[in-house]
Amino acid sequence: MITYAFLQQYWWFLIALLGAILVFLLFVQGANSMIFSLGRTEQERKLIINSTGRKWELTFTTLVTFGGAFFASFPLFYSTSFGGAYWLWVLILLSFVIQAVGYEFQNKLGNLLGTTTFRWFLVINGLFGPLLIGCAVATFFNGSEFLIDKSNLTDSLQPVISRWANAGHGLDALLDPWNLVLGFAVFFLARVLGHLYIINNVEDENLRCRSSVQLIGATVPFLILFVAFLVRTLLKDGYAYDPESGIVSMEPMKYFHNLTEMWQLAVLLLIGLVLALYGIIRTIVSKTYIRGIWPTGAGVILVVLVLLLLAGWNHTAYYPSNTDLQSSLTIENSSSSYFTLSVMSIVSLLVPFVVAYIAYCWHALDRGGLSHKDLEQGNHQY
Amino acid sequence: MLSSVDVSLIDWSRAQFALTAMYHWLFVPLTLGLGAIIGIMETVYYVKRDDFWRRLTQFWMKLFAINFAVGVATGLILEFEFGTNWSNYSWIVGDIFGAPLAIEGIVAFFMEATFIAVMFFGWKKVSPGFHLASTWLTALGATFSAWWILVANSWMQYPVGMEFNPETVRHEMVSFVSIALSPMAIVKFLHTVSSGWMTGAVFVVGVSSWYLLRGRQQQFARASLGVGTAFGLFACFFAMFSGDMSGVTVAEKQPMKLASFEGLYDGSEHAPFTVAGPIQIPNMLTFLATHKMTAFVPGINDILNGGYELEDGTKALSAEQKMAYGREAMASFTAFREADKAGDMAAAAVAKKDLMEKMPYFGYGHIQSREELVPPVPLLFWSFRIMVGLGGLFVLLFVALLFLIIKDRLMKFPLLLKGAVACIPLVYICSQAGWICAEVGRQPWAIQDLLPVSAAVSGIQTASVQITFFLFLLLFTVLLVVEIRIMLQAIRKGPDMQ
Repeated sequence: MITYAFLQQYWWFLIALLGAILVFLLFVQGANSMIFSLGRTEQERKLIINSTGRKWELTFTTLVTFGGAFFASFPLFYSTSFGGAYWLWVLILLSFVIQAVGYEFQNKLGNLLGTTTFRWFLVINGLFGPLLIGCAVATFFNGSEFLIDKSNLTDSLQPVISRWANAGHGLDALLDPWNLVLGFAVFFLARVLGHLYIINNVEDENLRCRSSVQLIGATVPFLILFVAFLVRTLLKDGYAYDPESGIVSMEPMKYFHNLTEMWQLAVLLLIGLVLALYGIIRTIVSKTYIRGIWPTGAGVILVVLVLLLLAGWNHTAYYPSNTDLQSSLTIENSSSSYFTLSVMSIVSLLVPFVVAYIAYCWHALDRGGLSHKDLEQGNHQY
Repeated sequence: MLSSVDVSLIDWSRAQFALTAMYHWLFVPLTLGLGAIIGIMETVYYVKRDDFWRRLTQFWMKLFAINFAVGVATGLILEFEFGTNWSNYSWIVGDIFGAPLAIEGIVAFFMEATFIAVMFFGWKKVSPGFHLASTWLTALGATFSAWWILVANSWMQYPVGMEFNPETVRHEMVSFVSIALSPMAIVKFLHTVSSGWMTGAVFVVGVSSWYLLRGRQQQFARASLGVGTAFGLFACFFAMFSGDMSGVTVAEKQPMKLASFEGLYDGSEHAPFTVAGPIQIPNMLTFLATHKMTAFVPGINDILNGGYELEDGTKALSAEQKMAYGREAMASFTAFREADKAGDMAAAAVAKKDLMEKMPYFGYGHIQSREELVPPVPLLFWSFRIMVGLGGLFVLLFVALLFLIIKDRLMKFPLLLKGAVACIPLVYICSQAGWICAEVGRQPWAIQDLLPVSAAVSGIQTASVQITFFLFLLLFTVLLVVEIRIMLQAIRKGPDMQ
């Protein structure tokens, strides 16, 4: 018999995995943020755009599915965070909306705003998308200001269950320096991944060499910011809850305790960090190594997965309220019903099949990388 | 913080959602229709291995890509607006509504996103068979996506397969099959998708007619016109058939919506169908709504006053009775919460029993006056007529085109070709009118009878929603203008058939 608790943990794992894959796929944003700095000539810029242009829909779809899966499995998060941190999410969405048209419209006749404007749309998304997503994820560890009272449903004046406790409505997240630290860490990580992806996918020696050099400039700030966030998070007080009463309280070094109590996650974190660094360092030191995106990508997925599991597993409130601790969201008090999670779990069995056809198509399209010749001969290009 | 949820917040939230949905719905029908037509064209290429059909497919694929981008962009906003603007709704029905959205992501969006890349970039990288499969899988992904979002939407119109849980304060799913295969979901899917096919067909036929009128790309235009006409005629009949089924379902499950479509205030057993003004077809509404020659079709006043006999033999309740039951349900809900909190299980059980008896009217507890229960009748009355009238016009167009294609006399009727070009904007007006019928007709409910929009909204400042409304309006309008210009330029340039 599969228990309700198991399904809640399973769905938090899937959410964490989707989030981790989304962060990996931010290589699209990372590369796009460097269209003008990495690409010096029109041809080079076209190569970058067409290279990420073959993958952008996967990032976009992962973001949409991440939202849909959160809605289905933890609807109280969906209602509280999206309805409360309104401006933060609207800004994230806007940056992705302009990206969606940025590719298709930029080189078409009659595009009204000009090629440069649409390229800037891609750059803006590349700069602000990862930064804002990083800030939003940081609130899982640092908390937000909101109140939840389900009895409000019958309030004749204001039947609103989740209320944000400040007028910032999500912009307040950008005022917390530790949220910004993770935001910028994700920003630089996206650029690291962007470099690694371009090196792997684009058949152009100039771009590869330049990317290899610029990779160092993105890696150093990423490492400093990420290590700072990780160490601080592991050492700070965390949001724990009692599994019997559901009462939330502050626990010193909660996330560190999570890591030690779930030692398998500590091992995965270590493997992830090693893989991520291996891909980066080998790409920097070796002139011929172009596959760094794969070990680093796998490492990033493992690290982000572990971080998100630390936020929600082991009786931890994954979306804490700093206004009222007891309003904090846990995987127990915010999840869908047993029945819905069961149905969704059956559907989730399709995921490996989905991953398999994505991998097959990716492989089929990327065979040989993207070259200038491909751009000249291709019937569809950006 | 808000002192109360005011009317302007609800109206602006509705306006923002309607704006996003309507812009999204400008692009989705063409994706559905053009996706299938491209699939047919590429299948012909695959069978004949004639390069002419490949180039023809690639031209329409180019237009598909231009349209697809904005559809994706507006769709993203739409999905998240359930949370940003309707947070109460997201919790109260998230247990049911979220599942179709997640399945849409896992099953449909990834299929679309993956195979569309192969479709655009894979001509020289994969085998013709794999490419053809990718094209059809892209179209299928879009159709699957429509299925799941319409399952979710249909549940808002006709909530089934759930139970209210006063402990978690939400409706919880108890039967996935009832939700996924509800009669409302099936007819809505068939009608919506067939209207999308119709949009694609009218678009292809209109653009091809323009080439014929200009004397350009004759062979290309004739071939495209042939495919578009045959597919369009099929789509039209499918839309008529599903539209008829939809009418019966709406009459049964949402009688106020049907009465508003017809501007019918006082019902009868032989209700006429009003064409426009004083022109009426006797008995027609009764027949269309019930498929019987004699059956009572309630009007708006009947539904508000109650007292008429329902299908199960019981008497319909008046608006005031439903509102009173709704308030009693709310009082029982509060009593249950208090007793549960105090640990008084006996009192909680009594309150829960009372609540469950009155639960079908819970949403009416938020309704202040009977007038709130009537959606905007003139808007619905005319939207319905525009939708049906234009649908009929497209049937005539496709029949006439097919006849002339068979007789090879197409070029002797330039007026018909001009009419086909003029139908391009009309098909968009038709599908927008359909969307107004479906969604405005549901008002004042977010979930029919269970949750009015006034209790579904997020607790944010009206000013925030106003700002984002105008932000989205500006952004979407700019994108629409750019899209139309790019599309027109691509059409003017024409296909590369060499």
